[in-house]
Amino acid sequence: MTETVMADDILEHEEKKSLESREFGFWVYLMTDAVIFALLFASYVVLSKNSAAGPTSKELFDLGHTAGETALLLFSSLTFGFATIAMAAGQAGRVVQWLIVTLLLGLGFLAMEIIEFHGMIAQGAGPGTSGFLSAFFTLVGTHGLHVAFGAVGICVMIGQVLVKGLTLPVRSRLFRLGLFWHFLDIVWIGIFSVVYLPGVM
Amino acid sequence: MLGRLTLDAIPLYSWVAMGGAAVTVGGGIAVFLLITYLRAWKVLWTDWLTSVDHKKIGIMYVVLALVMLVRGFVDALMMRAQQAVALNNEGYLPPEHFEQIFSSHGTIMIFFVAMPFLTGLINIIVPQQIGARDVAFPFLNSVSLWLTAAGAALVLVSLVVGKFSTAGWTGYPPYSGIEYNPGVGVDYWLWALIVSGVGSTASGINFIVTIVKNRCPGMTYMRMPMFTWTTLCISILIAFAFPALTVVAAQLTLDRTLGFHFFTNGDGGNMMLFANLLWIWGHPEVYILILPAFGIFSEVVATFSRKRLFGYKSLVYATACIAILSFTVWLHHFFTMGSSANVNAVFGIATMIIAVPTGVKIFDWMFTMYRGRIEFHPSMVFTIGFMVTFVIGGVTGVLLALPPADYLMHNSTFLVAHFHNMLIPGALFGYFAGLNYWFPKAFGFKLDAKWGIRSFWFWIIGFYLAFMPLYVLGFMGMSRRMEHYADPNWQPYLIVAALGAICVLCGIICIAIQLYVSAKNWGSARDITGDPWNGRTLDWATSSPPAPYNFAVQPDVRDIDAFHDMKIRGVAYQAPANYEDIVMPKSSALGPIIGALGFVLGFAFVWYIWWLAALALVLGLVCVGIRACDDDTDFVMPASEVAKIEGARLAQITAADMHDMQDFVPVGAASGAPLAGRV
Repeated sequence: MTETVMADDILEHEEKKSLESREFGFWVYLMTDAVIFALLFASYVVLSKNSAAGPTSKELFDLGHTAGETALLLFSSLTFGFATIAMAAGQAGRVVQWLIVTLLLGLGFLAMEIIEFHGMIAQGAGPGTSGFLSAFFTLVGTHGLHVAFGAVGICVMIGQVLVKGLTLPVRSRLFRLGLFWHFLDIVWIGIFSVVYLPGVM
Repeated sequence: MLGRLTLDAIPLYSWVAMGGAAVTVGGGIAVFLLITYLRAWKVLWTDWLTSVDHKKIGIMYVVLALVMLVRGFVDALMMRAQQAVALNNEGYLPPEHFEQIFSSHGTIMIFFVAMPFLTGLINIIVPQQIGARDVAFPFLNSVSLWLTAAGAALVLVSLVVGKFSTAGWTGYPPYSGIEYNPGVGVDYWLWALIVSGVGSTASGINFIVTIVKNRCPGMTYMRMPMFTWTTLCISILIAFAFPALTVVAAQLTLDRTLGFHFFTNGDGGNMMLFANLLWIWGHPEVYILILPAFGIFSEVVATFSRKRLFGYKSLVYATACIAILSFTVWLHHFFTMGSSANVNAVFGIATMIIAVPTGVKIFDWMFTMYRGRIEFHPSMVFTIGFMVTFVIGGVTGVLLALPPADYLMHNSTFLVAHFHNMLIPGALFGYFAGLNYWFPKAFGFKLDAKWGIRSFWFWIIGFYLAFMPLYVLGFMGMSRRMEHYADPNWQPYLIVAALGAICVLCGIICIAIQLYVSAKNWGSARDITGDPWNGRTLDWATSSPPAPYNFAVQPDVRDIDAFHDMKIRGVAYQAPANYEDIVMPKSSALGPIIGALGFVLGFAFVWYIWWLAALALVLGLVCVGIRACDDDTDFVMPASEVAKIEGARLAQITAADMHDMQDFVPVGAASGAPLAGRV
């Protein structure tokens, strides 16, 4: 009996240590992801004027639409922040509610992005049209793919909070998912200021 | 249903290619039958393939590297044979086959020999050097291994099903684009790089966190062994550089598969972008391969000179300098692509500056040997051979770093000679030194020294014979990668180079014999203490092979040469008052499964089998999801079991097995008496 109690104790101690490592490791992972985005940004900057007699950014970008996407994504970051605050207060129900709001905002962002991509491709401005559009779709699409993975992650974490409650590992995973989500926000701000703003000017 | 995969994929176009396919398939079947005959499948699966133990993962990495070394070397041998005979004739290899061979040779040697070899040695040794029980993420470690293996498998399969890339190991567009290279070859190359690159990135993250978070008490940064330091530096390089490889490979894949225009001739593509992105990964990669070998040389030279490493701090700073500078020189790979003279000058000077910290290291190793009691163990012999030979490569490197000189020598065999001169002594000799040095740690018995020395002599003589003529041929104007040629003055040099390759073949055979002889006589070369060479760092404090948990009790480090210091203080091989329970990670089948899915994903994309690619991707995500929900990944090894293992180990060690440390005890300068407080 006492032996299992002791075993549980050291398991918990090791778990804490391992979760700390995971959080640090996740920061390092985010840095590798940041390098990926940095190079996609660089590729875009190099190719952004190469529209090869196809449509240019001025003809294609609609700042109003982009502003809508930006609002959805920024608010989703805020609501994820509320979920984190609820987690710190130990309110599992609140966490789930805020995660659902975040998920809906994220899905709204994705829907708007798909509409934008679909409209561009319908106009004959698909990624195979020019170097500029290849770089555009790859950069913005990679970000969108990350948001989609983040949305799947939110679904998984809603499930984990409901089934397991706010245990130590669940909190740690939620924290890391939050880092990921806010990171995507920062990347989007980069996309807004490097792709869309100069694109219409 | 099967995309573009048809019966035409079987390589009937040349008897040599058919032979290669037959050897690959035959080898696979032979291994399968052997395992079945030995009834070893279950043991193999439960004890090895699904293991998350860093030592076993490391051993599997090294096995992968040695197998691929043979494959990559056969390519080299075939190229040398072709060029030795192809004066004014076609030789025995059709051009398209020759192109595949030099492409696969480079790809294999960099990605599937050097990378797994160094990752394997790091896996086995680094956790032990820092007094840790495992890496930070044991499961991720297993995933990294299997993704690397999946990439290697893609290259091997390309020999049997379809063709490999003909665009060289760097795959420059537009030649590697779909327009000029419509087959599957470049896709095999790309997917092998993407799949294994993800694994390498994960390894990099893993070792950064391991070294930052898992060091034992007293193991400050400035007490870490040099091999651990170089590992930390290259892990950071991997985390920064490998994403660039992923990006550039993904972009070329999009160009080829979905008709994007990143690097195409027309429609707004830019080929220079490819060269830049590739070498932003590629140059740091050179140091990712070489720095761990520098770490190994540092360990070996101190141990076998019986002296403390000279200039430890300068070696640490030199390593860090090289790591940072490695990101500032990528443009020297394409001086001739027409950047302005000023840009070329900046990168040329940056390149020359790298020679400074590297020179510091060479001097540190020489001063370590100076007045040391040198023992010519095979690993030490490889180290000395490296120092002499590497300097020649460094000198030719500084020569190539001059943009005007580079304009004359780029793309010639001079360049080929130069980078082989860096990577064979600089990386491979280091890994061989590591193999000879740490083999007893991994397996519990020593490698045969005689055959080790023989392999060294064949390797170094073979190296000089094979590559010195290429320097000369470069000056004579010979381009690299020529399938045949018309200048009779070149042929004698190419024949000498081919003899060099045969000499290296003997070196590889010697290593095989060394492994065989050592395994046969293992009983007489057992390593009882876990410290066969009177080593200085913590990796020698564990048993050989180490217990699953490495250290029953966390060591207390007080010196750079932690274990040497423990032996002098007389605290090595002491049983603690009581043992504790130890938490260990559970094995997991998900590692090999994710690796297999990575292989299927790559294969499906190569052959445009879209449903299969989608299936592999979804199943891969499901695996990650399953793991992400698993809270029960560890188990507890009870103290009683730890006590049993440790007791059995300590009972074997007699005083006669231990090294006499009397000579190493610091003495007073005047009195000659041992200093107080040390023993």
